[in-house]
Amino acid sequence: MKRRLFWDIFFEKALKAAAWVSVLTLAGIFLMLLINSVRAFETISFAQFFSGTAWNPAAYGEATYGIGAMLFSTFLVTLGAMLIAVPLGIGTAAFLSEIASPRVRNILKPAIEMLAAVPSVVIGFLGIVLVAPALAKLFNLPHGLNALNGAILLAVMALPTLISVMEDAIHAVPKSYKEASYALGANRWETLVRVTLPSCTSGILVAIMLGLGRALGETMTVLMATGNAAAMPHGFFDSVRTITATVAIEMGEVPFRTPHYYSLFACALILFLITLLVNVAAERIAAGYRRKGQ
Amino acid sequence: MRTGLYFSILILLSACTRRNVETITIKGSDTEVNLVLQLAEAYMDSDLDVSVNITGGGSGVGIAGLLNGNTDVANSSRDINPYELTLAAERGVAVVPFVFAADALAIICHPSVPLDSLILKDLGKIFSGEIQNWQQLGGSNAKVSLYGRQSNSGTFMYFRERVLGKDYDPGIKQMNGNAQIIEAVKADPNAIGYIGFGYLTDESGALRDGIKVIKLAKMKGQNAISPLDKAGIKAGLYPLTRPLYQFTNGEPRGKILAFYEFEKSPFGQSIIAKNGYLPASEAGLANNSRQ
Repeated sequence: MKRRLFWDIFFEKALKAAAWVSVLTLAGIFLMLLINSVRAFETISFAQFFSGTAWNPAAYGEATYGIGAMLFSTFLVTLGAMLIAVPLGIGTAAFLSEIASPRVRNILKPAIEMLAAVPSVVIGFLGIVLVAPALAKLFNLPHGLNALNGAILLAVMALPTLISVMEDAIHAVPKSYKEASYALGANRWETLVRVTLPSCTSGILVAIMLGLGRALGETMTVLMATGNAAAMPHGFFDSVRTITATVAIEMGEVPFRTPHYYSLFACALILFLITLLVNVAAERIAAGYRRKGQ
Repeated sequence: MRTGLYFSILILLSACTRRNVETITIKGSDTEVNLVLQLAEAYMDSDLDVSVNITGGGSGVGIAGLLNGNTDVANSSRDINPYELTLAAERGVAVVPFVFAADALAIICHPSVPLDSLILKDLGKIFSGEIQNWQQLGGSNAKVSLYGRQSNSGTFMYFRERVLGKDYDPGIKQMNGNAQIIEAVKADPNAIGYIGFGYLTDESGALRDGIKVIKLAKMKGQNAISPLDKAGIKAGLYPLTRPLYQFTNGEPRGKILAFYEFEKSPFGQSIIAKNGYLPASEAGLANNSRQ
């Protein structure tokens, strides 16, 4: 009896500890980023960091640490990816959930999920040898290493997450809603667009947020496919350098404990805060959605 | 780099099994690390009483190691700078250079760029963004599309120092390595980029398809030389050859001297040529000192 009690308590504590490990890791990462980032602002002014657009820590003359162009590049690529992935994702999810026969569904769904297993370097490689030349030809550009290329590749990478979460959301819409719609004489298209999709808006929003988080943090693909030009982009046809690519490129060779080193931590902190915000938003929407569902 | 690490581990392990083995520690330039590794491998085949331990990290790391006394030889793809020399003097380190090989940078364009040769000054203007359109150099009306390396590359620094003397145009596309620059230049009709000379040719020694090599002259009025022109390079007429250094503290002696002699030997120089670098004797470095 005593022995049983001991093991019961032991496992309760062990499982609790396991759960806390990830929380503490997150807190540790945040603290490490914060502490190192603060040191960056001993030499770099806030104004320069946030309002400057030129990022050139290894400058020939005076080093500049403006995050503006990189931040805008990151948003540009992510926005583009979402503009491509969201309509595709909603379409695919609606098809899978409402229209496809079980046989088609059983082939399509695993295939889409397999897409998530393709390593990001492979996607980046395809971006260089396949998408970039195609874009250059299509839009008559000198080269295709631009924000649009990055957006297309990130859309491909975000699609599995988007589709999977959206499909679950659409699937969870109560059957009675649809039956009521059919009873009123609506056809399948009208039911989908007027009834099913509007009633799972928050689920779709959660999917978009999760896809957004995925696209924001992606590094290798954008590093390979967007040309990495530090200049402020004027549109989707310009080469861009995202925050993730900058940190990945420069972290390897930066002398430790220099303003440049600390400024990379500051970049990483900004990125961390943005993705955290996106994830918290997704969590909040999902929570509201669950409450409504009950 | 990775092979370098494995190889050093291998050497360390094999050193454990032998007795009375003298160890030479070599540290520094990433440009040189694989070449020196091959040289050391061949050298150790001929002399079983020596073990050479090689790591990369960059030219600055090698020189710092020499100044701190934790390496015997520093590999460096650049000359020692005045600041490092003062440090050396303070610490009583007598830095002695040895040039064992050379490396040339090649400027490549897409074949449709109507340009065959450039003077160094115009090349600098192109990469710093003062020349933005091929029209300014007598070409068609098209925007120049720049390709270069990332700031962690020694070549990035060398090219900026030697050719630009200022910052790169912020619109330059920073590629991951030489091979990526070649692929990008092939695909972009307005492209110009710089790569290591060894990447111009394939395994059989033929020029790679789809790129055009730009001939360079130091200044107006001089003959422009292609980096593939062996005689021109030997005469020191190609402006972008750079010596690859090894530095020691004091004159090299004993096994280090023997290793240097091996590098200078015809066999050593043939390894250098095979790896796509220039043997020191063929680089015309005496006529091509830094300005």
